[in-house]
Parts: sequence; C-alpha cells; structure tokens
Amino acid sequence: MTRILGILVGLFFCFALSVSLFKGVYAAATDPAAPTAESVFHKHPRELSLASDGAFGRFDKRQLQRGFQVYKEVCSACHSLRLVAFRDLKALGYNDDEVKAIAKGFQVPGLDPATGEVNTRPGLATDYFPKPFANDIAARAANNNAVPPDLSLMTKAREDGQSYVYSLLTGFQPQPAALLKQFPDAKTPPNLHYNPYFPNLNLAMAPPLTAEGQVGYKDGTKATVDQMAQDVAAFLVWTAEPKLDKRKQTGWPVLGFLLFATVLAYLSKKQIWAGKHDAGEASAM
Amino acid sequence: MSFPWAQQYVPTSPFMRWMDEKLPLPRLIHGAVGPGFPVPRNLSYFWNFGVLAGVCLVIQILTGVILAMHFAPNAAIAFDSTEHIMRDVNWGWLLRYAHANGASAFFVVVYIHIFRGLFYGSYKAPREMIWLLGVVIYLLMMATGFMGYVLPWGQMSFWGAKVITGLFSAIPIVGTPLQQWLLGGFAPDNAALNRFFSLHFLLPFVIAGVVILHIWALHIPGSSNPTGVAVKQESDTVPFHPYYTAKDGFGLGIFLLVYCAFVFFMPNALGHPDNYIPANPLSTPAHIVPEWYYWPFYAILRAFTSDLVIPFTHIVLVPAKLLGVMAMFSAILLMFFLPWLDTSPVRSGHYRPLFKKFFFFGLIPCVLVLGYCGGAPAAEPFVMISQVAAIYYFAHFLIILPLVSSFERPDPLPFSITEAVLGHDGRARLAPMAAAATTPDAAGIAPAHPA
Ligand code: HEC
Ligand code: HEM
Repeated sequence: MTRILGILVGLFFCFALSVSLFKGVYAAATDPAAPTAESVFHKHPRELSLASDGAFGRFDKRQLQRGFQVYKEVCSACHSLRLVAFRDLKALGYNDDEVKAIAKGFQVPGLDPATGEVNTRPGLATDYFPKPFANDIAARAANNNAVPPDLSLMTKAREDGQSYVYSLLTGFQPQPAALLKQFPDAKTPPNLHYNPYFPNLNLAMAPPLTAEGQVGYKDGTKATVDQMAQDVAAFLVWTAEPKLDKRKQTGWPVLGFLLFATVLAYLSKKQIWAGKHDAGEASAM
Repeated sequence: MSFPWAQQYVPTSPFMRWMDEKLPLPRLIHGAVGPGFPVPRNLSYFWNFGVLAGVCLVIQILTGVILAMHFAPNAAIAFDSTEHIMRDVNWGWLLRYAHANGASAFFVVVYIHIFRGLFYGSYKAPREMIWLLGVVIYLLMMATGFMGYVLPWGQMSFWGAKVITGLFSAIPIVGTPLQQWLLGGFAPDNAALNRFFSLHFLLPFVIAGVVILHIWALHIPGSSNPTGVAVKQESDTVPFHPYYTAKDGFGLGIFLLVYCAFVFFMPNALGHPDNYIPANPLSTPAHIVPEWYYWPFYAILRAFTSDLVIPFTHIVLVPAKLLGVMAMFSAILLMFFLPWLDTSPVRSGHYRPLFKKFFFFGLIPCVLVLGYCGGAPAAEPFVMISQVAAIYYFAHFLIILPLVSSFERPDPLPFSITEAVLGHDGRARLAPMAAAATTPDAAGIAPAHPA
C-alpha cells in the first residue's frame, strides 16, 4: 500500500517537473535570454593582497593608520563608521593622547547642559564616529538620491570585500565605446559614474580618490591613488573585524592542542583495538 | 535491550551501592555507553557521526545560551547587538563564530549520519523507530537553523524569513492569513523576530529530548553494522567502553580540528556577505538564498516553474508555487516512509548490486547537484538542471527504491559479523542453512543465499 501510494506520488511530481522542464527548454530554445550591459561588462574585482591575509597574516598598523587618514580626510565627508569608537583606534597603535586628540577633531551630537538644546560638542574617546548627515533624506539630497552606506562592515558585506573596495575606488573610467555600441540604451545617466566593478555599472559616488597626494601621508609613503585605495581597503578590513589578529593568534594554539590530543586519542584507540581486527585475537576468545 | 552476554553492572564501593539503590544513574551510564553495551565489532568510522551530532548539539546549546545573554531580540537593535557581541563582549567573536559554524558543522555531521543510514539500510526493521525519531530531529533542526539565521537581522535574515514564511501563503484559502499569523504582521518585523528568538531558544532542548528517545530506541536492537548482518553471538560484539569510547574520542579529535579550522581561520566562508548589511525592507537583495544546508530543498522548491492546467484550457489545477511547496515538504517527509518503501530484506548496500549503483551514481550526484543549484541564482541553466535532478530525487525514493527492492538479487552475505571480520567463524561451518532458517533475525540473511 505504502509502495503503491509512493509510486503514484512520485509519478505525480515527476510529471509536474517534466512539464516545467519542457516549457523551460522550449522557452530557452525559442527565446534565449538576451545579454545585458551588466552581464557583458561587469568585472570581477582585481585581487588585493594585504598583510592581514592568510592564517599567519597580521595587520600592518602603519598601513591601517594611513588608511584611517584616508577615511578621515576623504570618505568621512559622506560615509559613517558607526560601529567603531574612537577608543578602538588604540589598536592601530595610537596612544591615549593621540586618540583623545583625534576624537576632539570630530563634532558629535550633544546637549547643551544649561538649556537642554540639541547641539554638537567635540568628541570623546568613548564616542563613536559621527554620521556625516543628519538623516537619510539629507544624505540622499546631497548624493544624487543615493545614501552613502556605512563603511564599518563594508569588507564583510561584499563578495571579496577588500579586493572589491580597492577595485571600486580605482575602477572609475569613461564608459567604453564598445558598451554604447552594443547597448545604446545603457548610457550612464547624468550624475552617475561608470565603474565596471559596481554590480549595475553606474553608481552615485563620484570618484573620491582622484589625485596623487590628495592625502599627505606622514610616514613618507607616496600617496598615489592606488596606494590610498589599498590603504583605505586595509583600514576597512580592520573596522569590519577588529578582532582578526586575536582570532588567528588564538587559533594556532587551539589547533596545536587539538592535534596533540588527537594523536594521543589515535594511539590509545590503536592500543585498545590491537588484535580485534584480525584472526590473532580470535583464538584468545 | 541487552544481549545475554552484556556485562552486568556491579557497584564496587559502599557509596556506589547506596547510589545504585537511590538513583541508578551510574547503572544507566554503564549500560548506555559503558562496558554494559555490546556493540558490533566491525563498525566503520561512519558510525562515529551519531556521537558527533550529540557533541554538536552540546556546542550549540552552550554557545547559544551565552550568546542569548548579550543578544537583543528587537528589530531596532538586533543587528547592532550582534556586532556588540563581535566587538565588545569578551570572547564574543569566538562565541558567535563557534555558534554560526557549529550550525554548519551540525548539518554536515547529520547529513553524513543520514546518508550512512540510507546506504546501510539502518532505517529497516528492527530500527524503524530510531529512523523515524531521526527524521523528527532533522525537521526540528531545520526549523531551529532557519529561525537562528533570522536573529542577527541582516538582509538575508529578513528576506529569508520573508521568502520562507511566504511559502505558507501558497496554501489555498488559509495561506495568507496563516502567514500573517505566523509572522505576527504583514512582513517580518519585531513580532516575528521576538517569537523566532523564543522558539530558537526552546527548540534545541526539544531536540535534546528527542535525541534521548532516539538513543533509547537505538539501545533496544543495538547498532546495526556495515554488513547489516544481525549480531548472533558474543564474538560479534565488543563492549562500547573502552572500544568505542576510544574510537569516538579519536573521531572527535578529527572533527574538532576541522571545525576549529573554520571557526578561527575562515569563519565567514559558509555565510552570505549580505547578512552583514542591516535588514532593509525597502531593498531586495539580488539573490535571496538560505543557508547552504537548505539548498537541495530550495532547488526543488524553485524547480516547479509552470502551473498544472487542464489541457487546452486556462483552468489552473495546481499553481506552480503550491506545487513547489508541496514538493519541498514531500522531499523531506518521504523519509518517514522509507522503511516501508524499501522492502529488500538485505540491509547493507554492500550486498545490493543494483541499489548500490543507484545510490552512488544516482542519489549522491543528484543531491549534490540540487545543492549546487539551490545556492545559484534562479536562472538558466540552473533551473533546468534542478528540474532534472529533482525528477531523479523523487523517482529514486518513490519509484526506483520500491521496484529495485522487489527485483534485485542480492549478493551472498557473510554468515556472521565474526566471519566478516576474521574471515571465518567456527559456527558457520556447522549448519549454515539451519541457522538461516531458525535465526530470529531472518532479515539479516539474504534470501538469495546460495544453497
Ligand atoms: C561625496 C560623497 C562620497 C565620498 C567622499 C565617498 N563616497 Fe563612497 N559612496 C557615496 C555614495 C553616494 C555611495 C552610494 C553609491 C550608490 O549606491 O550608487 C557610495 C558608495 C560606496 C561604497 C559601496 C558600493 C556598493 O557596493 O554599494 C563603497 C565601498 C564606498 N562608497 C567607499 C568609499 C570610500 C572608501 C571612500 C573614501 C575613499 C568614499 N566612498 C568616499 C558617496 C561618497
Ligand atoms: C541531534 C541529532 C542526532 C543525534 C545526536 C543522533 C545520535 C545518534 C547516535 C549517538 C547514534 C548511535 C551511533 C551511530 O550509529 O552513529 C545514532 C544512530 C542512528 N541515528 Fe541518529 N542522531 C541524530 C540525528 C539523526 C537523524 C537526523 C537521523 C535520520 C534521519 C538519524 C538516524 C539514525 C539511525 C537510523 C541510527 C542507527 C544506525 C545504525 O545502528 O546503523 N539520526 N544516532
């Protein structure tokens, strides 16, 4: 009974699936999906390798400081970093006084202690990075109707995060003539910017890094556009996962201990089972 | 259960004697996982995965309970509270990664455990109840995993919840009210998040309860083994302790090594980047995909692309969406009927030439392909490929398995586990035919055993 019912149910689903399959094949044969500008011209990010990559990688603090400088001087005009507090910057090698000074350089929302009116005050080490816009409407109004996303988790929130940020920042270019020839309707709209690494090829962010020396590095590194893009990508890897170094540092002893314990477990298993797998032991029984 | 030769529990100290009279817990342990539980001596490493599943459950409960102390089940702050755990809670990143990857590890382990059962016919008599309880556990795990994924309230959390609860809206008439009742609103929001949190906290303990029943049911017939031949005599078994405690200890070491490699060195490899974007009801992700362990079923769901209509009319008998939902649930629920669909008296796939071919060249590739397509965008060629694979999936369990078990001529089985391990068994030479005829477990002997 179960088997007859089973076969009937099976035949029903197989039939319904065959109908779907048949229609799908028919549609694909008569009306193949046309290519789109995105499907032809979208590019995978260019690989960016950083000191923090790999199981043995560690953050390069000097690079993180440079990246922070790029964020502070360029990106923070539009992008928030709401999950990061100034105190966290100590992990980049700044001391307490430097952190306090950095915090003071930002105006954060506050209250007038006498009147209770909303105002701003210089930041404290315990404050989080402030938002550049009061709200999304203000952000849209200033950015071609797009809200600049928070950057705290950006490198974890995109496929190949660090390479993506790096490629996006260095990928702005004029729209290729070949694209316009193949897809005349896909012209980049005014106020958007062509970038083959962005999923739909046109984004509302104007190229933020445009000129060599846009940021004056204090450690003597030459601030080329490529270098600044790498540094800020490295910094955003840190903001997305400040505990990355600690995680890997913890991981090795854990794996070492487990390996040791596993070898011991294997040896005792071998010892206990000796003779159980073959005729040697049968005579003893 | 016990075999007559199982070692008896003898309390050795006055305290243990006292304890044994008041609460015989040590006696229970002795018989459950101690020297008092005789187990086939020929179990392969595939039999480690039940214990590993138990370890995963413990890991999930321990890490989960502590995470719950820091998590805020409120739509306005759930995402940030998760990041607070990652950044500010002492070892919070470890707890969260251990829990997220623990869920994946749990499913890897349980899938191996299930496929072990499928190949070695562990679902057959006398172990149907173990299997049925196992399927209940699996369903509860799917529900728990789904609700857990909603909690961090990222983009995939939100849209996953929306798509999966949306499945209920395919049910005629009551569907939409049912979906709204489940969510406590028209779309996932605070009400849904709160109840999902409550249930996600509760269900693992329900699972723990069903696991106890599962293991209780296991102890009645005892474990099966790679030959599928039933235990006949003492030389077929070894006591669980020390033999299988040692073997499980080694297996646990290997498991923890792989698991910790993920937790510490690639904790986001199995996750989706979109879940690091806070939930936004106004922005639909390009591809909504659930966690990898649901992919095969998600592929089946999406494989139904056309309605069933009455030929030459436009009257829809069953809409495509409802077909997909029915098929997805059937794909899991058919597991409940397996013991009665596969009627071959031979358990182990080793001795079933036809079954073995369908298993390795049909079922395994089919499930892997479905899994791959379920994670891919809902576009061609993935939809067509999943349609072919889904046809095979249903055909395998509902048509091929019942038919094969009627027509197949199994290979000869070893007389006993002892013979399978040692190459000979003194008793086998005495009277194999008589033994075959009188053994209480005739199912362990192939009917095609040459005379
Ligand atoms: C003038 C304002 C402005 C500045 C300065 C700016 N951005 Fe943007 N950025 C935007 C806007 C607007 C968007 C949203 C684009 C869209 O969605 O079309 C954006 C989007 C992004 C994205 C996300 C792209 C995606 O995949 O969604 C990244 C990454 C990014 N910016 C990085 C940076 C970095 C790094 C800097 C500093 C070097 C920077 N931005 C400086 C306005 C700005
Ligand atoms: C929380 C999840 C689970 C736990 C903790 C668990 C635990 C166990 C344990 C400890 C064993 C004995 C050791 C072994 O044979 O591996 C076992 C056996 C078994 N389990 Fe599970 N299990 C779980 C889920 C499942 C599921 C989902 C199924 C199937 C749908 C299942 C089916 C079986 C069967 C059939 C056996 C007997 C195998 C045999 O003797 O050949 N279990 N389980």
